[in-house]
Amino acid sequence: MKAYTTKEKIQHFLISNAVPIIFVVMSAIAIPLSGFSGTYLVQEMLIRLARNSFLVLSLIIPIVAGMGLNFGMVLGAMAGQIGLILVSDWAVVGMRGLLLAALIGTPISVALGYICGAVLNRAKGREMVTSYILGFFVNGIYQLTVLYAFGKLIPISNAELVLSRGYGIRNAINLAGMRHGLDYLIPLRVGNLNVPLGTYLTIALFCLFIVWFRRTKLGQDMRAIGQDMGVAGAAGIPVEKTRIIAIIISTVLACYGQIIFLQNIGTMNTYNSHDQAGMFAIAALLIGGATVSKATIPNVFVGVILFHLMFVVSPMAGKQLMGQAQIGEYFRVFVSYGIIAISLALHAWKRQKDRERARRSLRGEA
Amino acid sequence: MNEKLKAFIEEAGWPRVIIGLFLLSLFVAAPFVRVRVDASISDTLVRFGMNGILVLAMVPMIQSGCGLNFGLPLGIIAGLLGAVTSIQLNLTGVLGFGAALGIAIPLAVVFGIAYGLLLNRVKGDEMMIATYVGFSSVAFMCMMWLMLPYTSPNMIWGYGGSGLRTTISVEGYWLHILSDFLSIQIGPYLYIPTGMFLFFGLMCFLMWAFLHTKTGTAMTAVGSNPEFARASGIDVNRMRVISVVLSTVLAAIGIIVYQQSFGFIQLYMGPFYMAFPAVAAILLGGASVHKASMLNVVIGTLLFQGILTMTPSVINSLLQTDMSEVIRIVVSNGMILYALTRKVQVKR
Repeated sequence: MKAYTTKEKIQHFLISNAVPIIFVVMSAIAIPLSGFSGTYLVQEMLIRLARNSFLVLSLIIPIVAGMGLNFGMVLGAMAGQIGLILVSDWAVVGMRGLLLAALIGTPISVALGYICGAVLNRAKGREMVTSYILGFFVNGIYQLTVLYAFGKLIPISNAELVLSRGYGIRNAINLAGMRHGLDYLIPLRVGNLNVPLGTYLTIALFCLFIVWFRRTKLGQDMRAIGQDMGVAGAAGIPVEKTRIIAIIISTVLACYGQIIFLQNIGTMNTYNSHDQAGMFAIAALLIGGATVSKATIPNVFVGVILFHLMFVVSPMAGKQLMGQAQIGEYFRVFVSYGIIAISLALHAWKRQKDRERARRSLRGEA
Repeated sequence: MNEKLKAFIEEAGWPRVIIGLFLLSLFVAAPFVRVRVDASISDTLVRFGMNGILVLAMVPMIQSGCGLNFGLPLGIIAGLLGAVTSIQLNLTGVLGFGAALGIAIPLAVVFGIAYGLLLNRVKGDEMMIATYVGFSSVAFMCMMWLMLPYTSPNMIWGYGGSGLRTTISVEGYWLHILSDFLSIQIGPYLYIPTGMFLFFGLMCFLMWAFLHTKTGTAMTAVGSNPEFARASGIDVNRMRVISVVLSTVLAAIGIIVYQQSFGFIQLYMGPFYMAFPAVAAILLGGASVHKASMLNVVIGTLLFQGILTMTPSVINSLLQTDMSEVIRIVVSNGMILYALTRKVQVKR
């Protein structure tokens, strides 16, 4: 292999990290405009890193298995929310409540993950759009359960949770008892900043899990499937089963991720929280420089920080620049969708180019 | 008889049969829960006319192998721009409606060409990218609606003096301009928007005729087998762009027809999820991801809009709860899911 010159190295770095670099530049312009203090931003980022990293990390394993971005992670988020609803009804608080919620969410998310994996096995080659629609479909089932079965078939005793008509869960649930249950399990203050150490430790543990998992037999199988399903199948790897396992792991982790996310926020939007979880996690991962076929742990953290920096700063920057905070608000919606569109398009384009090149090499020199 | 029934169910597919029976049972149940059948039929017909062209917009892209057009909001935005500009120019009646179409269609052509060129670079992943192209264009236009220099007092926010409202009434401009043309009123409840049906019929006929021209046939060939089409000298990419442009233009026309019947122009996040009902409707009508006909459009729109009209009224009177929203979500997304996961069977 020939040694690269410095110029080539820089070029390569710039091209492969184009998206994060653009966001760094945008933030550099927007931060002074917004007029937020440094301390405030650092505190916000510390909180948001704890809040979102776990959800974003749950996307990595299906990417390794070549199934693209798992839009079906909202299924796990819904399972987590069902756990939280039940736990707040039973008035179990603090860390015990969170663990119990996770315990309830686990079997539900395993079941949902299995369904999702089985459905995606029937739609090879269009996993992303299928998992996306599946998210909507299961959202309908979730609403059916939470809006009609809860309080009727599934007893809910706490009147504060139930709609005034006697069944169905209210739009917003206060999780005050569990708020920051994990975040400040181990209290730590640095200067003026609160550090959610408990969550960081959980996330660190989970990163270790991913690193370890990639080296196991199962992890290697997934990578083989991600490279080429046909070859992996011929080599004796049970392709469909392994793909289902990848999705189940992702769904269960998304369930835990959503519980961590909501304990940090402290209130739950019964009918919206999970929808946003999926979109924000995917946008954050892509902004961190990941693609549909390759995602690393640094991508996750860089992505969460950059995405949320823009999230916090853009309404104020919009107000200063245009005189309307609303424009900044829409701008950030536009950027989150736009970045997903561009990343997906660039990836598909590259894949098409690769395919053409492969075909041309078969044809030989003209 | 049994054989025939089996063959029919196989032909139509289980989800369609179930949904068809469900709709039938809703109509049967309606009189018993004091829901007027004629009013329901009238509602269904009006909504059929409103949504028909948006569903028709799915056909060209399915035929050319670009899949389901989740990027429908892009065309809708062109329609919105046309409608808003026509009101800004203070044009009323047929002139206003014509101006809205006249402005929207060229815009839709431009958007469609750009969108088509993008989709040509991402073959195989069209649907996911289309979804996000639709979403991001809606979000982009949210900023534009605030900043574009429209000044008509009927459209901008009262207090701020700038930026368009979220809903704009077309009353006094071109409300029901198509619907009321030759419309038939039977009794106090049954209303048939003949003009809207005629327009929809015209669009369907034009589409049908186009698919039978040389270009249309070439387009279908590209969808059925791109390699074969290329070998027979068809410019695959050009055909795909044409189909995307057609789809985008139909979406723009469709939304204006929708607005003249509905009475309001919905801006900002209004068009966000509009692709999903249209996609669900055409699939419900028997189209697959690769093949669609005018019959699919008509049947699908009738079935889907029928369910949307009937579930709120009948189910609500039956169970005393509003489950229509949930049923809509489950039915429409279930239908899309069914189409996406169906294994393609070749019958000989």
